[in-house]
Amino acid sequence: MSTAQQHSNSDFTPAHSHHGGLSAMRLVGLILFLVGMATFTATIFLGNYQIDLARLDQASEKVPAEVIEKLSPIAGKTFDSKVEMLNAIESSINADGSIQPYQLGVYKLWLMKDALRGPIADNPWLWFLLSVGLASLGGILFHMAQRNTLPGIKHDHIWFSSMMNRGIIGILTGTYLILFYILLYWNAEYFTNTITMFDPISQFIRNLPADQWFLYGFLYTMTIVVMGVRMFLKYRHNNYHLIRTASIIFFQFGFAFLLPSLMERFSQPSMDLKNAWPLNYSFFMDWNLSSLLSSGNFGLFLLVWGTILSVVLVPLFTYLYGKRWYCSWVCGCGGLAETLGDPYRQLSNKGVKAWQVERIMIHSVLVFAVIMTVMQIVNYTSGGAIFGDYTWRVNQTYSFLIGSAFAGVVGTGFYPFMGNRVWCRFGCPLAAILGIVQKIKSRFVITTNGGQCISCGNCSTYCEMGIDVRWYAQRGQNIIRNSCVGCGVCAAVCPRGVLRLENVNPDERFNVVLDDEVLHSVENLKKEIAA
Amino acid sequence: MAHIVIIGNGIAGITTARHIRKRSDHHITVISAETDHFFSRTALMYIYMGHMTYEHTKPYEDHFWSKNRIDLLRAYVNAIDIEKKALSLGDGRTISYDKLVLATGSQSNKFGWPGQDLPGVQGLYSYQDLELLEENTENIQRAVIVGGGLIGIELAEMLATRDIPVTFLIREEWYWDNILPIEEAKLVTRHVYEHGIDLRRSTNLVEILAGDDGRVRGITTDQGEEISCQLVGLTPGVHPNIDLVKDSPVETGRGVLVNDYLETNVPDIYACGDCAEIIVEGEARNRIEQLWYTGRMQGQALGRTICGERTFYERGLWFNSAKFMDIEYQTYGFVPNRPREGDAQFYWEDEGHRHCLKIIYNQSDKVVTGMNVFGIRMSQDVWHRWLKEKRDINFVMTHLPEANFDPEFYKAFEGEIIEAFNRQAGTNLQPSRQPGFFQRLFA
Ligand SMILES: Cc1cc2nc3c(=O)[nH]c(=O)nc-3n(C[C@H](O)[C@H](O)[C@H](O)COP(=O)(O)OP(=O)(O)OC[C@H]3O[C@@H](n4cnc5c(N)ncnc54)[C@H](O)[C@@H]3O)c2cc1C
Ligand code: SF4
Ligand code: SF4
Repeated sequence: MSTAQQHSNSDFTPAHSHHGGLSAMRLVGLILFLVGMATFTATIFLGNYQIDLARLDQASEKVPAEVIEKLSPIAGKTFDSKVEMLNAIESSINADGSIQPYQLGVYKLWLMKDALRGPIADNPWLWFLLSVGLASLGGILFHMAQRNTLPGIKHDHIWFSSMMNRGIIGILTGTYLILFYILLYWNAEYFTNTITMFDPISQFIRNLPADQWFLYGFLYTMTIVVMGVRMFLKYRHNNYHLIRTASIIFFQFGFAFLLPSLMERFSQPSMDLKNAWPLNYSFFMDWNLSSLLSSGNFGLFLLVWGTILSVVLVPLFTYLYGKRWYCSWVCGCGGLAETLGDPYRQLSNKGVKAWQVERIMIHSVLVFAVIMTVMQIVNYTSGGAIFGDYTWRVNQTYSFLIGSAFAGVVGTGFYPFMGNRVWCRFGCPLAAILGIVQKIKSRFVITTNGGQCISCGNCSTYCEMGIDVRWYAQRGQNIIRNSCVGCGVCAAVCPRGVLRLENVNPDERFNVVLDDEVLHSVENLKKEIAA
Repeated sequence: MAHIVIIGNGIAGITTARHIRKRSDHHITVISAETDHFFSRTALMYIYMGHMTYEHTKPYEDHFWSKNRIDLLRAYVNAIDIEKKALSLGDGRTISYDKLVLATGSQSNKFGWPGQDLPGVQGLYSYQDLELLEENTENIQRAVIVGGGLIGIELAEMLATRDIPVTFLIREEWYWDNILPIEEAKLVTRHVYEHGIDLRRSTNLVEILAGDDGRVRGITTDQGEEISCQLVGLTPGVHPNIDLVKDSPVETGRGVLVNDYLETNVPDIYACGDCAEIIVEGEARNRIEQLWYTGRMQGQALGRTICGERTFYERGLWFNSAKFMDIEYQTYGFVPNRPREGDAQFYWEDEGHRHCLKIIYNQSDKVVTGMNVFGIRMSQDVWHRWLKEKRDINFVMTHLPEANFDPEFYKAFEGEIIEAFNRQAGTNLQPSRQPGFFQRLFA
């Protein structure tokens, strides 16, 4: 006897096809997104500049009075070109070249913000909505249009796509991202009009004018939300991904964006409470330690929390759940990789050579970070007696090479070229530590399901960390690898249900490999009988 | 050191080569006419759909072969000279061997339909078939697929991702009901329709029609209908490729006849994989196993035999898996498509018709003998243990949660399934308590 099946006749006629095509909603979404992005890019060129010494509202807090004085010769003059205005400022305030480059950048940024005249200065909200607003709305519509397709893994046409297979659109996107990061990190003063659009929202949340870091934090969070919507739709059949994506959005919005903004609002030292050392490489820098130690109980709390997080919680949770709890559930870099970067995950190199390079690079960065931190702490406790100026230079080098160039420019800008985890795989020192714990002592493992693997290669192709998952799966070997961030995509794309992410007893992680299993051999039988 | 030559670089031939290398220093040459390197035939569909490129379907990097001293030769073998122990190749060369392995795979079936060799009519087996499919599907209005097996439904899914309307003729009343019991067959049938495929059940192909340009322009069915189309995919199954040995002293039946050690009647010639037909003493029908994992296991056994450790090939408990568009399928043990005398069965299906479970057990002692599951992943280890230990249906039902292999946080259906079983059998079984997610977190 069997349960009656309730089918209606209409179940057995072809449904309207849901495949492919650009639906009207998707098209509108795409157009809105492109208009938003174009507006965003155009804002860099909008407006003109005039220094009004009586109206330096933002700069007066950041730029010393004696520097401002030097601006009188150019005050009142209108400049149509951003470059000319910047040159004029530079030649007025730094004729003798005595200002440090970093400081000079800060002065220029705030002076330029006050000097901005024109549509954005008059209507920041309007421009904010026309750019960030439209692009976000468009992005959400574009992805929502997928809701009518049947749920399931739909990686159709990925390798035919110019965007997702290093075609011209992918190359342009990568180039755009790289330029964006270069401006953001080293030439923010060229970004002033764009940053000014964010003033009202920054004032609202932080009670402070926007700087490039607020712009970055806001866009970062918005991107994770919009591309998170994409993940929600893509994986609406897979709770692991739904919950994981919700967690990423929660930590990005709450921990990386909102809480630090509120700390600033209340004039406290601000910190992303989930950003563990050594990813957070400035945590033990002397200026941070001084700032925390001079900020009363709250500063002390941050210091203790940051230390406990890195020294106790990170290894403990990694023992319990593997690296994934951080890298694909909590971390901001991981969060962007899992949302904005998801369309590019297949571009990671799966070769053995890449694996060798990866191990050398990531562990070198870890060694670099550890040495730097030891120097920082020694320097702080000894008052600079031992390493002196060297600590500062090492910090500078690390910030530039690793913190900005690698984590930022390469980390994100290379999504369309080398996949979405370039930084996490080759550079992140925290990932290196998590990986060592995961490999040596953790309950996390990817179990393989007997002999069901058909060596199709979907798992390896879509592993963003470049792990050749199939190599293990087809031998029936459980997967325990330093680099695995537990994103769960290999298991999701496997058409034969071969892979499963699990937390088990650490000693039961290793299994008998099917490929080596002794079959029924006559020689063995003879030996058994003889014995 | 002997020279072992293997014809065919599919899973069976390659596994044989790998296992010979693991155990010996023999000179190994693998010959194939299809591709330079071993690739995964099971992934052909994903290349066409754009999920992967051909490069991704290669299970080993190209440097693997030279590193493991496995020589690869791209050539067609025309004939075997058994006396001289030599092969003559399509390019005129000859190659001698000490031991020869036939791993030549399968070929697509064609049943002598009028028009079956027209341009625009093709099967789907080889890499060349896939290239041909690219050509044949350029700017077409409709495709017809004939034959409702596993390859047919894959082809339907492939074409649908290119927005090509598909008419799919199957001889059976429900999709694959010559293998699947009716309930499961209906569930898949429903899903095929859900994907917008124009499935024609209990319908046979009569004739393939040519247009003025000599290419296919349509087909007629035994329902008296003419369907216009520019591609006809013939997918009514495959048969062993025995072209090379058909007229040689190597004995053949439907495939290359071998014993349980995968040895043919000619010394030093072996066969494995799709092309081998394993003689089953005392039974009317021999075994031909046309699966990925059986090819792999045969290669493992044969590798040992060739290295002097004569190994009886034993497939072990039957299992298999497939994916019907979005619905995954696994089977362990044996499930007949129509109930057998003495069998009892339990069937559960969810309301959305995307998940179901069928369990077959003996009416008398209630021992479970096989299962089909759709839309839920289950552990092969656990099911094989239960089947080997001859567990009864009550035990299996109670312990069902232990077999679950779905990703974390997936909806668990076991409670619902056991309830349905209790209703059917009048029992009051409770699922063995599986630790919940949070318990497992802190286990
Ligand atoms: C589209 C498709 C999907 C499939 N999906 C699944 C699945 O999901 N699960 C599953 O278990 N099985 C599946 N199969 C079946 C599985 O792929 C086969 O069982 C398996 O590939 C057979 O391996 P083999 O090594 O025996 O032969 P093959 O892989 O066929 O290799 C034989 C090789 O020998 C070459 N050859 C033959 N004769 C000569 C000659 N004279 N000279 C030179 N070379 C020669 C052929 O060109 C071929 O390259 C699928 C098959 C197809 C076509
Ligand atoms: S192995 Fe799987 S879970 Fe780990 S990073 Fe790769 S795809 Fe993600
Ligand atoms: S584990 Fe799954 S996805 Fe990976 S190769 Fe095997 S069958 Fe394909």
